[in-house]
Amino acid sequence: MPLDHSSIPVFPAAPARLLRLAPMAPLSLLLTQFTRRIAQQQPGLFRRLGQYGSARFVIDPTDLPLAILLEPRNGDPKVSVQRAPTADARIAGPLAALLGLVHGAYDGDALFFSRDLVIEGDTEAVLALRNAIDDAELDLAGEAQTIAGPLGRYVRQLIELGERTTGMPLTRHEEEGY
Amino acid sequence: MELTVGPNQFFWAADDWLKLYRDLVTAPVTRVVLGEVVCSKRLPFFQDRIPEAVELLQDAGKEVALTSLALVTLKRERKMTAALAEMGVEIEINDLSALAHIPQGTAFSVGPLVNVYNESTLGWLANRGATRVCLPPELPLESVAALAEVGAKTGVKIEVWGHGRLPLAVSGRCYHARHHNRPKDNCQFACEDDPDGLEVKTLEDQPFLVINGIQTLSDSYASAAHQIETLQDAGVSALRLSPQSGDFAGLCGLYRQRLDGDLDGAGLEAALHAGWPKARLSDGFLKGARGADWSGASQLA
Amino acid sequence: MEIVCPAGTPAALRAAVKAGAHTIYCGFADETNARNFPGLNFDREEMQEGVRFAHSHGSKVLVAINTFPRAGAEDIWHRAVADAETAGADAVILADLGLLAYAAENHPNLRRHLSVQAAAANADMINFYAEAFGVKRVVLPRVLSVPEIAAINAETDVETEVFVFGGLCVMAEGRCSLSSYATGKSPNMNGVCSPPSHVEYREEGTDLDARLGGYVIHRVAQGEPAPYPTLCKGCFSAEAKTGHLFEDPVSLNAEQLMPQLKKAGVTALKIEGRQRSRSYVAQVVKNFRAATDALEAGLPMPEGMLARLSEGQAVTTGAYKKTWR
Repeated sequence: MPLDHSSIPVFPAAPARLLRLAPMAPLSLLLTQFTRRIAQQQPGLFRRLGQYGSARFVIDPTDLPLAILLEPRNGDPKVSVQRAPTADARIAGPLAALLGLVHGAYDGDALFFSRDLVIEGDTEAVLALRNAIDDAELDLAGEAQTIAGPLGRYVRQLIELGERTTGMPLTRHEEEGY
Repeated sequence: MELTVGPNQFFWAADDWLKLYRDLVTAPVTRVVLGEVVCSKRLPFFQDRIPEAVELLQDAGKEVALTSLALVTLKRERKMTAALAEMGVEIEINDLSALAHIPQGTAFSVGPLVNVYNESTLGWLANRGATRVCLPPELPLESVAALAEVGAKTGVKIEVWGHGRLPLAVSGRCYHARHHNRPKDNCQFACEDDPDGLEVKTLEDQPFLVINGIQTLSDSYASAAHQIETLQDAGVSALRLSPQSGDFAGLCGLYRQRLDGDLDGAGLEAALHAGWPKARLSDGFLKGARGADWSGASQLA
Repeated sequence: MEIVCPAGTPAALRAAVKAGAHTIYCGFADETNARNFPGLNFDREEMQEGVRFAHSHGSKVLVAINTFPRAGAEDIWHRAVADAETAGADAVILADLGLLAYAAENHPNLRRHLSVQAAAANADMINFYAEAFGVKRVVLPRVLSVPEIAAINAETDVETEVFVFGGLCVMAEGRCSLSSYATGKSPNMNGVCSPPSHVEYREEGTDLDARLGGYVIHRVAQGEPAPYPTLCKGCFSAEAKTGHLFEDPVSLNAEQLMPQLKKAGVTALKIEGRQRSRSYVAQVVKNFRAATDALEAGLPMPEGMLARLSEGQAVTTGAYKKTWR
C-alpha cells in the first residue's frame, strides 16, 4: 500500500462530530507532552527546521472539526488544539494523509501534486517541517506504547487493530529490504 | 570604459544582418563580436556575409571576434566549432567545447554564456589564454568587483552585460518550433519573424520572457545606465551592448555619451524610453532583489 | 548498470541503501549543493555516519558539490571538498571549472565526477574535462537523445551517467538563470530553482493560482492536480496561444529505455529527487534495482509502476527520444 494514495481513508463522520464535544485544553496538554517527548529523543528534528524552528504551523485534518497549532519553539514545542487557528503556514488534508506523511507511508510531493494535501502561507516553512519529519522516522504508535508503560502492549494492539480496521497509517511504515 | 557589441542573438535576414555591421562602422564602439551563438541551422543563411562584415569593421579600426555556439551537441556543430578556430580571427568561446579546438598559447576571449563565477575559474581561464571575459549577466556587483580585481592582476579585461535582453537559458528543444507545432528538424525558421524574440506573458498578461529558438531571454532590456560609476570604480574594462532592432548604432552612441559624462543615468534612461517606447528596462542582476528589478525612476507597465 | 539514488536526509540514505541502491548521492546542508532546500541535506557528522552506513552495506556515496562558488567565498566550497574526502566519500560531483582545478590539485585521490550542472553535451567537452581535471565520470545533460549518448560513449573513456527518473530540466543545466531573474535565487549560485520561499498559492474564486516571485504561472480549477510552479513548466501565453510553452508539468521516466541506454554504453542510471521523501526514494529504488537486475539477467523488463509518484502524474522520456525537441 505504501505510496498508492488513490484511496486515502476519510475519518468517519459520526465520531468526527463527537470530537466537537472533546475538551480542547486537556487534549492540548496531552499532545504538548507527547511532542516534547519526541523533541527530547529527536533533537535533530528541530535542528533540521533551521530558521523555521520558531515558525507557527497549523495542521488541519480536514475530516475533523478541529485543527492543531504546532509551535516548535526551537525544541521546546507547544501544541494546542483549536477550532480554527491561524499561523505562518497551514497544511490541510485528511487525517490519514497527515499521519501517512509522518509515518513515511505517503510521499509529501505526491500528495501535494494530487491535491490530497493543500499548503497555504509560507511554503518554505512547510517544506522544512516535512523534510525534518521525514528524516526523524517517527512512529507515533511506538511513542504511545512507551508512554503507556506496562499497558504499552495493549495500547499497541489497540492501535494496530485501529490501523487494520480504518486503513489509517497509524504506525511507521518500512519498505521491506531489498 | 570601452563599449563592445555582442553577437546578434536573434535571426535576422542576411541583408539586415549585414546592415547592422555597416551601421556599426561609424559607431563609437571598440570591439564587435559576431557570428551565430544560438542555433547552428541559422548560420548558412548569412555565413557568406561574415568575411565582409569582419573586413568592414577591421578597416574601421575595430577589434573583431567570432563567437562559438552556445550549445554544441551535433557532429555538424562540433565541426563548425573546429572550423572557427581556423578562420584567423579571435574566438569568443560561449561553450567550453570550443576550448578543445583552440591551441594552447592562442589568445581567446570568453563570452557571457560560460560560467565564470569566481576567482579560481577566471584564473584557470587566464592561464589557458583568455585575455577578456564577459561575465555571466546573473552576477551581482560584489562578484563583478571581486573578479575585476583578479582581472586587473592577471591582465584579463573584464566586461559586463551593459544593455540588451538577457540570455537566461538554452535548451535542447526549440521553443519557436514547439510554439508553431513543428518538429525542430523542420522548424521552417519560425524565429526569423521575431527580430527581438517572441514575447511570452504570464497568465495575468504580464510581459515576462521572450523565446528565441532554443534560447530564452528576458522580456526586459537590461541596462547598466544607473550603474556606470560603480562599474568604473570596480575596475570593469568594458560594457557589452547586445544588438536589437531599431537604431542600434544610435543606442551605442547614447551609451558612449553616458560613459563620457555627457548624459547621466536619468538622461540615458529617458533617451532609451524615447527611442524604444515599448522596452521595459532592468538592472536587478547587478543591483536588486532579482534580475527583473529596475533601479531607475520610470517603468512601463 | 549502476543505480545512483538521491538522498536528501540520512533517513532517505538508509532507505535507499536498504532498497538496493548501488550508489547514493547527497550533499551538505549549505549553498554548495544544487538542492539547497530547507530541512534537507547533511551536516558533517551525518555525512560521515551516512558513508559508514552505506559502505557497511556495500553501497557507495557520492557528494554533490555542484553549485558555482561565489567570488570572495570560495573557501566554503573548498572546505566541502575536503570534508567529503574526510567523510570517506567515493567521489565528489563538481561543476565549476575553478573548483575542479582546486580538487584535482589538492585532493588528487578523491575521485571526481562532472555534474550535470556543467552541461557537458559532447565528446569534445567531456574529453576536455578528463584531460584537464582527471574527471572519471560525467553526468550527461538532459538535452541528448539515445543515439547521441551512444556517439559520445564511442568517443570517450569517461564513464557516463544519465538521468532515468524524476524531475526534468528542459534547459541545459547550469546554464539557466530563469529562476534568479524571477526570484533572485539561482541554481548556479544558491542551489535552488524556483525556490519555495517565493512560491505563493492563492485561491481565486474556484481557481487556485500559483505564483513564483509574483508571476502567475499556474491556474488550476479546484480538485485538479496542482503542479509546483517551476518556471520552465509554467503556463504562459505567446501570441494567441496559452499553454506550457517550454515543457508540460511532466516528469522523466526512461525505465523502458534502459535496454537501449545499456546498449549505448551508459555506466550508471541516475534517479532525481533529493527533495522527495524516504518512502518515495525506497519505492523508486526498488523498482529500478529490480529492472536493472532483470536487464543484467537477460529477463524482460518489469512493467513500469511509478507514474503515481510523478509530478502532475504524467511522464515523458524527454530528450532521449528525438521527437521531444
